[in-house]
Amino acid sequence: MELEVAIQKKLGAFQCNAKFTLNGDRVGIFGVSGSGKSTIMHMLAGLLKPDSGRIQLGEATLFDSMAGINVPPEKRRVGVVFQHAHLFPHMSVHRNLLYGWRRTPVPDRHIQPEAIIEVLQLGHLLDRGVNLLSGGERQRIALARTVLTCPRLILMDEPLAGLDEELKSQIMPYLNKVFYNFEIPLLFISHSLLEMRLMTEQVLVIENGQIARQVAIEELAQSTWATPRQGYVNLLRLGQPHPHGDLWAYQWGDTRLILTDYGENEENIFELDSREVLLFKRHPEATSARNLLPCVVRKIFTVGNRVRVELQCGSQPLIVQIVPESMRELELAEGKEVVAVIKASAFRRLM
Amino acid sequence: MSFLQPSDMQAIILSFKVACTATILSTPLGIGVAYVLVHTRIPGKAFWEGIINLPLVLPPVVIGYLLLVLFGRHGWIGSFLVRFDIQIIFTLTGAIIASSVVGFPLLVRSIRLGMESVDASYRKAARTLGAGPWDAFFTITLPLSGRAVFTGMTLMFARSLGEFGATIILAGNIPGVTQTIPLAIYEYTSSPRGDKMALSLCMVSILLSFIVLLVSGAATKTLNKG
Repeated sequence: MELEVAIQKKLGAFQCNAKFTLNGDRVGIFGVSGSGKSTIMHMLAGLLKPDSGRIQLGEATLFDSMAGINVPPEKRRVGVVFQHAHLFPHMSVHRNLLYGWRRTPVPDRHIQPEAIIEVLQLGHLLDRGVNLLSGGERQRIALARTVLTCPRLILMDEPLAGLDEELKSQIMPYLNKVFYNFEIPLLFISHSLLEMRLMTEQVLVIENGQIARQVAIEELAQSTWATPRQGYVNLLRLGQPHPHGDLWAYQWGDTRLILTDYGENEENIFELDSREVLLFKRHPEATSARNLLPCVVRKIFTVGNRVRVELQCGSQPLIVQIVPESMRELELAEGKEVVAVIKASAFRRLM
Repeated sequence: MSFLQPSDMQAIILSFKVACTATILSTPLGIGVAYVLVHTRIPGKAFWEGIINLPLVLPPVVIGYLLLVLFGRHGWIGSFLVRFDIQIIFTLTGAIIASSVVGFPLLVRSIRLGMESVDASYRKAARTLGAGPWDAFFTITLPLSGRAVFTGMTLMFARSLGEFGATIILAGNIPGVTQTIPLAIYEYTSSPRGDKMALSLCMVSILLSFIVLLVSGAATKTLNKG
């Protein structure tokens, strides 16, 4: 996806001024509520007309105030999944799904309904009315409905905001599967850093209607560490589990981790709070924790009474948070070897 | 129905003809007007709204008289129609026009309320799914305000069944041509020994109105479920 945007819009006292160029298939728009994320999304989709500027998606000019171009939403081929699924209440699930597909020109229909119904496991819901669905089901149907229009780009506006934690972790794998299988570029709008880290590679950070910066998602995740009470969470992408006694062993780069949780996917994502990791100067001979990983200190960074230690565990990075006193006792310094100790139960499965 | 005169049957059939035709012909226009009022920004919207709602508060006799002035041989529209040999006053068409004008505000009000209560997000979602503005209107907005359209139609139908003032002035009270149930009752009450017959037509009127209410209630329930 190549998206070039330079648009201005004034809404009452709020001034939105967005200028950015995106190159990548998974991009996030990150910002607090009221920062202008939704305004930008509406302008990209053609639901709100910018006062001036230009929007270029690949070869197509979607909006150009100078040339008098304003492609209507139905001609933009930009799909939107809204925060509240907005399934049409007077239609069955099946008719909802096909609403956009029937309106997509035949040559553009490169995704078949059967395929997306299979991927999102919607088969058993097709004949239902939309009022009898759970939040997660509604969001899956809304996504399928949009995917079936075979858009050049999908905008997702806080699609998980209304769902509880458990539903979120259930729906995330579906989202990933869809964007992986059908290769549709994604612009993901959210105020949740964790969702961003799971769904996107780079992010635009929006503050007060302006693009504050454009960074890789990992960089953003690490930069929030400096704000008080915001710990850092390591996201570990682990392979398939193998039985290890009554626990499970996962391959993590060239290291092997022992976890209590079982993950049925080919790739399972776990979170590990940076405060849950203990550091030892030397290998403790015996401990109740199941993971003892020899690491090298790459970087140390202190803010107030917290120290962030970036470790290299074999081929994988790991970030650990300790207090300054521990750092002095361990005599930590860049390049020094330590042993990171993690309990098998410290990992929380996300998807 | 031996207690009814043959002319009473005519009045009942005429009432149905007038109410059905007025309602059916007005509905598309009512939907159009409601759409314009809800979804567009026309200059002087309040003024147009006033004009549309005026028949609701004006005495029907005044409306009938204004229509008579308009459609009379020397009226703006009447003088034009005379050239094509079309006469409105003292005809069934006149009765239908009188009923339409009087019932129209009820229809528009109801449809308008319905359209306003349809979440704009559905329309937006439809647009991003490839539906043009008209397509989105006919597949989303209109079906979702279907209940309100139906309620409006029932109100208008009931109002037309009972229309008296405007009809008697524009269309007169001609048995078999423009004499609807209320006009027939009026005639019975002003003639000696007509009380009994007036009463039996009143019973018919009550029965019809009650059926309209029942049908409307049942339909609303079904639409609610859908």
